[in-house]
Amino acid sequence: MDKQMTAAQVVAQLQDGMTIGIGGWGPRRKPMALVREILRSDLKDLTLVSYGGADVGMLCAAGRVRKLVFAFVSLDFIPLEPYFRQARQAGAIEVMEIDEGMLLLGLRAAAWGVPFIPTQVGLGTDIIRQNPDIKLIDSPYDDKEWVAMPALKLDAALIHVDRADARGVCQIAGPDHYMDDWYARAASKTFVSCDELVDADFFRDPAQARLVFWERAATSGVVHIPGGAHPTSCSPLYGFDVAHFRAYTASAGEAGIAAYLDQYLGASEQDYQRNVGGLDAIRALALPTY
Amino acid sequence: MSNAASGNNLNYSLAELCIAAAAEAFRHDGEVLATGIGVIPRLAASLAMKTFNPDLMMTDSEAWLLSEPNPLGARGGDFVQANETWMGFSRIFDNVWSGRRHAMLGPSQIDRFGQSNTSALGGSYRQPKVMMLGARGFPGNSISHPNSFFVPGHNRKVFVEGECDFVSSIGYNPARLPRGHALDDVDIRLVVTDLCVMDFGGADHRMRLLSLHPGITLQQVRDNTGFELEVPAQVPLTPAPTADQLAIIAALDPHNQRAQQIKDNPPGDRSGAGS
Repeated sequence: MDKQMTAAQVVAQLQDGMTIGIGGWGPRRKPMALVREILRSDLKDLTLVSYGGADVGMLCAAGRVRKLVFAFVSLDFIPLEPYFRQARQAGAIEVMEIDEGMLLLGLRAAAWGVPFIPTQVGLGTDIIRQNPDIKLIDSPYDDKEWVAMPALKLDAALIHVDRADARGVCQIAGPDHYMDDWYARAASKTFVSCDELVDADFFRDPAQARLVFWERAATSGVVHIPGGAHPTSCSPLYGFDVAHFRAYTASAGEAGIAAYLDQYLGASEQDYQRNVGGLDAIRALALPTY
Repeated sequence: MSNAASGNNLNYSLAELCIAAAAEAFRHDGEVLATGIGVIPRLAASLAMKTFNPDLMMTDSEAWLLSEPNPLGARGGDFVQANETWMGFSRIFDNVWSGRRHAMLGPSQIDRFGQSNTSALGGSYRQPKVMMLGARGFPGNSISHPNSFFVPGHNRKVFVEGECDFVSSIGYNPARLPRGHALDDVDIRLVVTDLCVMDFGGADHRMRLLSLHPGITLQQVRDNTGFELEVPAQVPLTPAPTADQLAIIAALDPHNQRAQQIKDNPPGDRSGAGS
């Protein structure tokens, strides 16, 4: 079994109008090299499901997003994601704005093959009023009303991990795998970029195998891209690039996304990494202190 | 610190006053996860855990539950944090939905019902004038466990006259009460601002003034609040932080991030008596 492929081969499997889940959290461990490959393609009309950061901001700014399913979009140390704000303030995207936990429940419902999961989260708020597609239901067991959080089925999930083998055994070695296991399980196809490609033997050590959060059957493709999370972090290998995020944010108030992409994106990931100072510079980025 | 022995002559900043006042929110919580988002709420929860409620639980804001709060900012290479269990983000929701948590947060708008807004201001929902973070975890927090608010700039843009532009968290609003729920199920605790301390313990869950910060008048609070407050006959002064509290706050915030949190970092006592 060899699931290795290139970023271009991943994007070739994606189609206009698809619902795509993007793993990670804000500025942390986002599959940015795969996002950049989408930016190099013609892919459009996407529905994104994301605990959003610059992944969402870049794709919105580049006009690739029809609809966004989100609870927040933030760069954390820069609280407001500049291009997401612009897209919302221009009325350029449809949104399904939900609670962070509701997003998790939606992924779980999709992973488990159930149409919804009942929850009280969202009751009494504009989450319910602004999402007429999220239904309130009666319970067969009590007299309360409940939110029926619908399954968030993904056509594809994009995830970045620290290590993977060619079969799609994926390791997240940083302190949190966020909801990435649920993204992998909620998707028809899950494409993973990895900082390091390892032999299957690597996982014979239980301490390494313990950091694998879904089975290889939930991984469709593996792309070896060292530094592929940049400018987001991939703990413990590297932190997020504060200076790059500052420049990215500044670009929104100046020349815009076209100028940012002209300066950095390039025709390939090799181009991109050269434009941001090289892989050694990425690997030298300090881990953040919270 | 030179006047530490005399107590009421201490020099303390407004941020430190707010930290001590906000710590009170967690005093009687027992064994719950205390989450303070932002420097002053985090220091408040940490101060409570270091003093009168050591049973509190707290995370490192990343992925571990701690037995001792971490100091803020860079901590030096030899620092070892007091982990007690893994607490990644997916597990946070297991805790949230159990109700064993008390969060203190800083929304952009709060209305007379205690509903809050973290998402969008003005315009239409399809095209807001100002887009902010999104609802984040506020909907789930507000219906699952107690919550308190910290507001560094008490004014009518925050404490709005009407309803919040977007309601991120449930409050004491009969018109939005879900079927089978009671207003008493909602549990909003303290609201600490740069002017005063309040709660929602007034008649029919109206917002109520609990104390005024030194040098602040009732009229200032009224002028800066977009709705009517319940005001008791006698309004006490927010207690000054003690010397012990100030020392603990300083140890928890060695880089003095608290000085950046309230505009111009004013002194805690603004009566003009010269402190």
